[in-house]
Amino acid sequence: MFGRDEKVSAIRLTAAQYVILAIFLVLAYGLWRLQVMQSDYYSLAAEKNRIRNVPVLAPRGKILDRYGRTIVDNYPSFSALLLRDSSRDLAADADLIAQGLHLDPNEVRARIRHFASLPQYQPIFLKEDITPDELQFIEAHRNELPELDTIMAHRRLYPRNGFMAHLIGYVGEVSEDMLNQPQFELYSAGDVVGISGVERQYNTLLMGTNGSRQALVDSHGREVGRLGETEAIPGKPLKLTVDIDLQIAAEEALEGKNGAVVAMDPHTGEILAMASGPTFDPNDFAVHVSRDEWNKLVEDPDKPLLNKAIQAQLAPGSTFKIIMATAGWQEGIAQNMHVHCAGSADFYGRNYKCWVYFLHQSHGEVDLEKAIYQSCDVFFYTLADRLGIGRIAKYASMLGLGQKTGIDLPNEVSGVMPSEEWKIRNFKQKWFAGETISVGIGQGAIAVTPIQLIRAISAISMGGKMVVPHVTNPTDLPPGLVDAAHYTEVKTIPIDPEGWNYITDAMSRVLQPEGTAPSAHIPGIDIAGKTGSAQVVSLALRAKVKNSSEFAQNGWFVGFTPRRNPDIVVCVLFQGGEHGKLAARLATQVIKAYVEKQQRMPPKMVAKPITDNKIDIGSLWSAPDAVGDKDTLQGGRFVLEFPKKPLALATAAPGMHP
Amino acid sequence: MSRYVSFRDFDWILLGFVLLICGLGVMEIHSATAHTKFAGSHMKQVYWVLAGVGAMFLMSLINYQTLLDKIHWFYIAAAASLMAVLVFGQKYLGARRWIKMPGGNHFQPSEWVKLILILAVAKYFADMRQRELSWSDFMKAGAIVGFPMLMVLAQPDLGTALTYVPIAVMGVFLGGLQWKQGLAVALLATVGIGAVFLVPRVHVLKSYQKQRLTSFIDPELDPQGSGYQVEQSKIAVGSGGIWGGKGSQTHGAFLPVPQTDFIFAAFSEEHGFVGALGVLLLYFIVLMRLTQNAQTAPDRAGTFVVMGVVAVLSFHILVNVGMVVGFMPVTGIPLPLMSYGGSSVLFMFLALGMVMNVRMRRFVN
Repeated sequence: MFGRDEKVSAIRLTAAQYVILAIFLVLAYGLWRLQVMQSDYYSLAAEKNRIRNVPVLAPRGKILDRYGRTIVDNYPSFSALLLRDSSRDLAADADLIAQGLHLDPNEVRARIRHFASLPQYQPIFLKEDITPDELQFIEAHRNELPELDTIMAHRRLYPRNGFMAHLIGYVGEVSEDMLNQPQFELYSAGDVVGISGVERQYNTLLMGTNGSRQALVDSHGREVGRLGETEAIPGKPLKLTVDIDLQIAAEEALEGKNGAVVAMDPHTGEILAMASGPTFDPNDFAVHVSRDEWNKLVEDPDKPLLNKAIQAQLAPGSTFKIIMATAGWQEGIAQNMHVHCAGSADFYGRNYKCWVYFLHQSHGEVDLEKAIYQSCDVFFYTLADRLGIGRIAKYASMLGLGQKTGIDLPNEVSGVMPSEEWKIRNFKQKWFAGETISVGIGQGAIAVTPIQLIRAISAISMGGKMVVPHVTNPTDLPPGLVDAAHYTEVKTIPIDPEGWNYITDAMSRVLQPEGTAPSAHIPGIDIAGKTGSAQVVSLALRAKVKNSSEFAQNGWFVGFTPRRNPDIVVCVLFQGGEHGKLAARLATQVIKAYVEKQQRMPPKMVAKPITDNKIDIGSLWSAPDAVGDKDTLQGGRFVLEFPKKPLALATAAPGMHP
Repeated sequence: MSRYVSFRDFDWILLGFVLLICGLGVMEIHSATAHTKFAGSHMKQVYWVLAGVGAMFLMSLINYQTLLDKIHWFYIAAAASLMAVLVFGQKYLGARRWIKMPGGNHFQPSEWVKLILILAVAKYFADMRQRELSWSDFMKAGAIVGFPMLMVLAQPDLGTALTYVPIAVMGVFLGGLQWKQGLAVALLATVGIGAVFLVPRVHVLKSYQKQRLTSFIDPELDPQGSGYQVEQSKIAVGSGGIWGGKGSQTHGAFLPVPQTDFIFAAFSEEHGFVGALGVLLLYFIVLMRLTQNAQTAPDRAGTFVVMGVVAVLSFHILVNVGMVVGFMPVTGIPLPLMSYGGSSVLFMFLALGMVMNVRMRRFVN
């Protein structure tokens, strides 16, 4: 027991002092550790906190047509974002923000909650690609809603309604897969790169180089100063060989249909138009494509994402007969062949029918010319049998069938040109002679793409000069970007001039009353071509399923104009188009547009040849409605004067402002 | 009994050091809040300090013996005010801690409860009759502090509740804690804390509190939450180096609340290791001066009162500076005398007033 005034144990008081001393030593050690031992590390961390590298996005290069008209442009696009300044009650402002940006207030709140765990300096993206209205709202509410800000980016503006979508392609954020590929190794996540079409093929040219700005920021990510800036190098424009006017004609011809239209200059291989249907609107991908929309595109049986001009591999049908005729001529068989078509013929114990059989008709006596313009199957069955698959495959391969054409577009497919070796390699089976018969009319295992077919027919129309199709001219590209020799490579296929003259003359009768596509004839335009209709299933099976459109035949047409030394060759694939003559009508629409355009253009001047006085005028157009022709012949050359019509040519792709 | 009380016996040296620390605090508040929406806070802090000094003088005039004699009334009033907070308090950021006062001020009773607890514990141990604590004394002392602590926990305000613990610990220790009792309590506390964190069914702590307490172990795991704050604080302190730096962490607002809880981080960034160590030294001098006053107190109660203040002050410094250098979790405990805030300043000066009170009566008898 002790008194009230007895002192507290001095030892314990001293102990308390030592405890306090210990605490202070520990705290002093903490300071020493941070400020002396690890000072460099934390100084660096403070700098990193403060300095942010803000990318300065380089706008992508425009895409232009052969005359420099705009096809793809950029537009400044603003995104609304929310800076999470702790001084604002974001949830309370959500209603006003949602109203101004036309969003659901609950969605705004949900976004704020969802991103609550992100570092404060990272803004929340509220809405991409806001309208001028919404931008105006943000500008007008700078004081009331200081947390609302915008960021500008250049977005791709593609033509409307999926115009030329397949050839152009579209852009998107570089994917993980792409980053692993060597050609994308210089890109970093978040970069916008071409995903398909020329956007992908010429991405390095179009993309440009992002700059960067070293910005001093506070913890809200607000810029409070600038240290330095490297400017962005904009992407370079890409000039295509496509002619917008022709592309418009091709798109109009194909509208609402399933298939492809390709127009090419047979002299150079320049693609003048390339359309594929059904199409898609790449503008939908430029901002954000929803999973549903994407799945719809991917699962559509008509495959809208496929560029059918280079990615559809189908039996060429009767259009293959031109290759057969060439092979037959070169082998000295076809020109002397006379076949009696009774509507069908037997080969190797099986009856093969001519297409007229189903009309309860027959072709009667057929020579090569009639076989071409009447598309007599029996003639070509016989020719195929005489040639054998080896010789057929030799000429078809020579003309590029079953191989990639080397067009400067990504993901071209190769198709199939069957042969004995092909069958043994792929099926470990011997080739049956009977299979050759079907190949003779472009059926069976043979599968080609429209671009292969146009290239082959173009080579025949040019007397054996086979070009590589391309959508850009290497001379329009910076040197060294591509292997220019590949684009201008010309193979010479040995074809007897008499042979291709004969064949192309026969082709010009296809659109005459006696041919298979008289309805596609356009007065005043000399078109040579060949129709084709390729079975998807056998005709016998089709009869069973009552001509269901699911198995409708694919219509083909390949044609060129004029018959000699042509200026343009057009290939149309009309899937489910039933008959080649419908495809032919689409093709002649494009050809007509081309010819009419040439008529409205100032005449081309032909240089006078030095050696002889003959001038090979490749194209001399006569207008069908030419009233009061004032054409005069002067000094050994034509000077054509046309009535002065207004130039109703496109100035830019649909949806573009020139 | 005639008592000779004079301001000559007032601890002017202690007051000098305290005001020096307050001055550094005001300076740092000015630096940290300039160009922010809190600009001008330093002047408010000056007024709080002046008010605090006034309150201190008033406090020193009332004989602490009188206060101790009426301690049960104060204790009841303290409990009632805590109850009032729970019932009528302003809810802010998920907790009821303030009562709105007429005139727009907010009053946080949990601060002045600390004062009453210091007095209550002092009274309890001063009246004790034996040299060694019995278990029942031990439990009673624990209950005196534990009851208001539970009410503060219910607000919930874990940080302030924890500041009551050192009052009890200091009281028990000076009051005659036996070794086996100390060991038993340490063991119990370890098991208790372990249960709170490891047994998922026990929901004693709010999840934000658990997070605060756990995230300091590895701040990089949770860079946005309280771990983010600790990390930014460490960057601020570390980048200050030996002589101090530009203070980009403080002025770029990377450092959270640089004028209140993280004021020591802001100061360390701007004044470096030398400056920070200087401040720690000032605090150490103040604490040593206080313990000296405790030793010279006229009676047991006086010693307990002063040592209670020492306990609270040391604990605040340990937890706050510990947090700033990354040793301690973020608990929202301000640094006394430096951090901006009226309640905290007033509490400290009232507590110092009690110390002065004891000191001025040291020559009694």
